[in-house]
Amino acid sequence: MLRDKDRIFTNIYGLNDPFLSGARARGDWDGTKELLAKGRDWIVEEIKSSGLRGRGGAGFSTGLKWSFMPKEFAGRPHYLVINADEGEPGTCKDREIMRHDPHKLVEGALVASFAMGAHATYCYVRGEFFRETEALQRAVDEAYDAGLIGKNACGSGWDFDFYIHRGAGAYICGEETALIESLEGKKGMPRLKPPFPANVGLYGCPTTVNNVESIAVAPEILRRGSGWFANLGRPNNTGTKLFNISGHVENPCTVEEEMGIPLKELIEKHAGGVRGGWKNLLAIVPGGASVPVLPKSICDTVLMDFDSLREVKSGLGTAAVMVMDQSADIVKAISRLSYFYMHESCGQCTPCREGTGWLSRMMDRMVVGSAITEEIDLLEEVTRQIEGHTICALGDAAAWPVQGLIRHFRPEIEKRIAEYQASNVTAAA
Amino acid sequence: MTDQSVHQSESFAFTPENIERAQAAIAKYPAGCQASAVMPLLDLAQRQNGGWIPRAAMDLIADMLEMPPIRVYEVATFYTMYNLEPIGKHHVQVCTNLPCWLRGSDQIMGTCRKVLGIGNGETSDDGLFTLTEVECLGACVNAPMMQIGDDYYEDLDADSTESVLSVLKGGGKPNPGSQTGRKSCEPAGGLTSLTELETVKAKE
Repeated sequence: MLRDKDRIFTNIYGLNDPFLSGARARGDWDGTKELLAKGRDWIVEEIKSSGLRGRGGAGFSTGLKWSFMPKEFAGRPHYLVINADEGEPGTCKDREIMRHDPHKLVEGALVASFAMGAHATYCYVRGEFFRETEALQRAVDEAYDAGLIGKNACGSGWDFDFYIHRGAGAYICGEETALIESLEGKKGMPRLKPPFPANVGLYGCPTTVNNVESIAVAPEILRRGSGWFANLGRPNNTGTKLFNISGHVENPCTVEEEMGIPLKELIEKHAGGVRGGWKNLLAIVPGGASVPVLPKSICDTVLMDFDSLREVKSGLGTAAVMVMDQSADIVKAISRLSYFYMHESCGQCTPCREGTGWLSRMMDRMVVGSAITEEIDLLEEVTRQIEGHTICALGDAAAWPVQGLIRHFRPEIEKRIAEYQASNVTAAA
Repeated sequence: MTDQSVHQSESFAFTPENIERAQAAIAKYPAGCQASAVMPLLDLAQRQNGGWIPRAAMDLIADMLEMPPIRVYEVATFYTMYNLEPIGKHHVQVCTNLPCWLRGSDQIMGTCRKVLGIGNGETSDDGLFTLTEVECLGACVNAPMMQIGDDYYEDLDADSTESVLSVLKGGGKPNPGSQTGRKSCEPAGGLTSLTELETVKAKE
């Protein structure tokens, strides 16, 4: 079990002062100047060898991503953009960082920007997080006043600005190129890649987009050493992670745990267990709305990390664990997610714009069983027509929950269809 | 774009305070990239205008940012937080996505309907409330929850929902956050982590 001494977010519940004096007491802004003095390459190498994988869902190596930025300035400024457009259903971790440990994010932004040759960070916060934006802005103002950021940040000789940009309620802006479009004052529609943001990003300049949590853990990794982080968790799945446990558990909560913790242990230790006991478990969506649901039999033993969940055809995603007990209507639950993706599709790519509507309408019928059995295969076929045929991953994200449902709960769908047909025959007779 | 029946005012002007705020917003972005400020300016206009953005405000913003008006309309219609027609004083937004639904958001929505006497997307006759079912608001371990204005009301049940709405009806200000007394996202049954940090606390 993870000890508190190895936890990074020591004020995640806001039990202590979130702002500068509290943050300093927790170790933030300790020796930042010395970290910067070790140079860009050292920072990037440390983050690489820590094994940190992006905490926004995709799980790409953060250090490697940073290394894609041009080493030399070619007359264009570099930018770090922080993705705080937290909106993946089930996910509420970045919110807690921004309102309870905001200095970790501001310090992380300085360190990461320096490592990528950026003098400015734009932090794109979802518009609904008004109070969280206020807390973060207060931390930013404090950091400016204390000389930690701004001209000659921390006395390092590096000039650094941190700007907050508020979104306005579009899930798609969590996709990095849609986020950049939105930041430029346009509709949040994803861009084709290549060119990748590291070459042509914000305002056509080299840009890296990172999740809040990925940036906020960076200073602690550098202070304690990459070896410390790499020794936590499992190979290729290192470190600690914020988990959000919601749904049918006794005590829904957010907790920082070691990567690779068994799903069952995570829930029983921190969330008070499944309502009615583990035997009452039906299914879990282990990583936010976009990843396929898992039945109890897999939840019994699966570990919570990128590779373990991938092996069982699901994913760690944002580590948002949504628990459903036996009372849950699993078909209706997934149909709710299908509705969500239809609502949030930006409409740019036809397979997603049309396909998410198909999925949602077909799922609505599956909930009551108003279908024929062959339509289950048609539903699966529609997901395959969307998956991989769109500019961004929203199409995939819409397809996977439905695929997971069919993979693990096909008998339930068939049962509803049979019952519906039987009741209609009775009614007709 | 907008409902043709919405009464559009002839003109719109920012207050002097909001002109300052708008200039501060524009200054966040590099020279020549002032279009980036379209979102903060739309938000300012909406707040100044009682919760919705009239056409004249969009035209003014287009002018201020040297953007074609159509580009501003595109942004205003793309994002759900911009209201393009009048709205109640209190915008009650109930999350009904999966984590909230699993913990009873149907009941929360039902309570809002009953107490406010309006359905999804409707505004009460006295203009006090607009009720909207929304997608995930990112407070999932405090489900079910709703947003009213800039604040989140979390860990709701039918009674606490009714009580929040009653306070607003009476012209008061309900306490935001958890309605069951949780500080934030910690487990209600007692801390399961961050209990060994005496050194940190001692330093403060």
